[in-house]
Amino acid sequence: MTALVENAWIVVAVPFAIALLVGVAGPLARRLVPWVTLVAPLCVLAVGVSGLVTEAEHAGAVRWLFGGEYALSFGWAVDGLTSVMLTVVGFVATMVVLFSIGYMHGETGLPRYFGSLALFTGSMALLVVADGLVGLFVGWELVGACSYLLIGFWYQKPSAAAAAVKAFLTTRVGDVGLLLGLALLWRETGELGYGGVFEAVETLAPAVVTTVAVLLFIGAMGKSAQFPLHIWLPDAMEGPTPVSALIHAATMVAAGVFLVARLWPVYEAAPSAQTVILVVGAFTAFASATIACAQRDIKKVLAYSTISQLGFMFAALGVGAWVAAMFHLVTHAAFKALLFLGSGSVIHATGTQDLREMGGLAKPMPITAWTWIVGSLALAGVAPFAGFFSKDEVIHAVVTHNVVAGVALFAASALTAFYITRATRLAFFGKYRGDGHPHEGGWVMSLPLVALAIPAAAAGFAGHKIAEHLGEHGEALNLPVAAASLSVALLGIVVGWTSYRDGAESEAAMESRMGGLWTTLRGAYGFDGFVGAVIVRPVVAISDWLYGFVDRKIVDTTVEGAGKSLPVIGRMLSVLQNGDAQWYAALIGAGAVILVALSLVVKGG
Amino acid sequence: MNVAILASVLFAVGLYGVLTRRDLIAVLASVEVMLGGASVMLVGLATTIESAAAPEAGVVEAVGLFIIILAAAEAAVALGIVMAVARRRRTTRVDDLTEVSG
Repeated sequence: MTALVENAWIVVAVPFAIALLVGVAGPLARRLVPWVTLVAPLCVLAVGVSGLVTEAEHAGAVRWLFGGEYALSFGWAVDGLTSVMLTVVGFVATMVVLFSIGYMHGETGLPRYFGSLALFTGSMALLVVADGLVGLFVGWELVGACSYLLIGFWYQKPSAAAAAVKAFLTTRVGDVGLLLGLALLWRETGELGYGGVFEAVETLAPAVVTTVAVLLFIGAMGKSAQFPLHIWLPDAMEGPTPVSALIHAATMVAAGVFLVARLWPVYEAAPSAQTVILVVGAFTAFASATIACAQRDIKKVLAYSTISQLGFMFAALGVGAWVAAMFHLVTHAAFKALLFLGSGSVIHATGTQDLREMGGLAKPMPITAWTWIVGSLALAGVAPFAGFFSKDEVIHAVVTHNVVAGVALFAASALTAFYITRATRLAFFGKYRGDGHPHEGGWVMSLPLVALAIPAAAAGFAGHKIAEHLGEHGEALNLPVAAASLSVALLGIVVGWTSYRDGAESEAAMESRMGGLWTTLRGAYGFDGFVGAVIVRPVVAISDWLYGFVDRKIVDTTVEGAGKSLPVIGRMLSVLQNGDAQWYAALIGAGAVILVALSLVVKGG
Repeated sequence: MNVAILASVLFAVGLYGVLTRRDLIAVLASVEVMLGGASVMLVGLATTIESAAAPEAGVVEAVGLFIIILAAAEAAVALGIVMAVARRRRTTRVDDLTEVSG
């Protein structure tokens, strides 16, 4: 099995090859497309699992760009952290591809869809196995591009196309920070490989390290949808639901957490950057959880929930508990992918995303319902499901470090339990309020749900194992914190369960009882509108001015003027060529005389 | 030095003829005069100027003979062209042959 680890480059090469194959030759053999695509995530999963089992470490590199004495190599390295991430990415991606076979059945453009999925898998693997920041950055941008392609899969729908552009541009804001961070790091140390960077950081001035750390964190904020760059993730739900499960819940959005964990030695040397991370993470975790409470779209609930859970991870990173953050990343990937696929199953069955038009789905869809409940309990943090253990570690680390942030996370936990219970009761219990005939989606959709439910239920017990793979000791369960977080979770569940007894009427009652607060929450505090007014509209106005005045008037006039002046000059010069050979001879003679005279003058001077 | 003056005068006279005569045949004759000036300069300077880099005796004279042969061939070709022009256009005046213009 070590052979797989020693050839870890296949986690990038195979998916890319499959993406090309499926994209180009896919239309010739449509039935085969999903099954060929399945090889890509399985390959990633195989390398990840063999890395975990054999605990082998391996690094390799090929020369990539070189000029003069400088050569930039493109390397890969497998260690514990990489193996954990590869396993998560491979496993979730496998389940998502399988689920897509059922969910996307009958859609047009499937080769494009599955090709993009394979490309995404390879890009995410590249981001993970790269042995330096250059490779990570390439993977980072590629997953962003795949995210754009897949959010805009239904590009005929204007809202989907707009959401794709919004996701791309918003994460681009963060990527500028990341790129600036890389540039600064390069200027100060001349290193971009992890090993070299970690060595060089020790000798750098604290101010420089802090600047680098914060700039890189801005990149992580964009990718992981942290306030104020979170606005793209809810809109990204326009994409197909399996895509949301893979990219916008389990893997790509966790890349920011992975980045900070991977570069932990840098952040360790920058305490003020850690504070920034803690504040952003805790605030995002709480604010986003409040928004999730009032969403009517089942995918929007999960989207804000994802932002909130990523906030938990960043809060843990902000107090130095990067192992806890990675642990929560793993468990979250399992249960959030499960919840997204569950919502996909529901949407597939009912044809709506509105919670008010669901209800009573537990009876016709028992597998979806039970696996969803497992995922919900894991998300809410109920013992002994996965989220309980990882969230306990996160909250314990944060609360011992900073009480205010800890309280914010406790509150967010209670809200988490509330909103997921609300969604569960609205969707699966009570009476069916829609007018379709809901049913399960066949084994390709049920199998991934069951397969993801297992880690969602049990991954919590693997905490110590994961910590060992990351080269650290796992934390023992902290009883007071565990008891406290369990009781706030139960409180949230009880409140959620009792206040949504009557389905859609309960939601209406809630809205009238809460008044403006509920609509404010549903509108996500109007932050989108705020960004639109303060940033988007001025930018559009400036762009209009740049186009209308600078481009059309100044640039175009100059360019077109240059073009138009040429015939005029030509016509003036053409007078010289009058066809009289003697005139030419005279000019040649004059030219020769001038040249000779010049040569004499120059020689004399 | 005198030979250089002679060569320059020949060349200048030839150039004057090329630029001022309006008949193609006269222009051609003037070109021959220029060519003669150039070869006189070559041969004359080679025999009068002493230099470490001077070529072996006879080489320059051989080149001069080549120029004369070349001039004969060139004159034959040029006169052929003039004949063709004269047949087609019924003129050999340079002023009338200015179609190739900008």
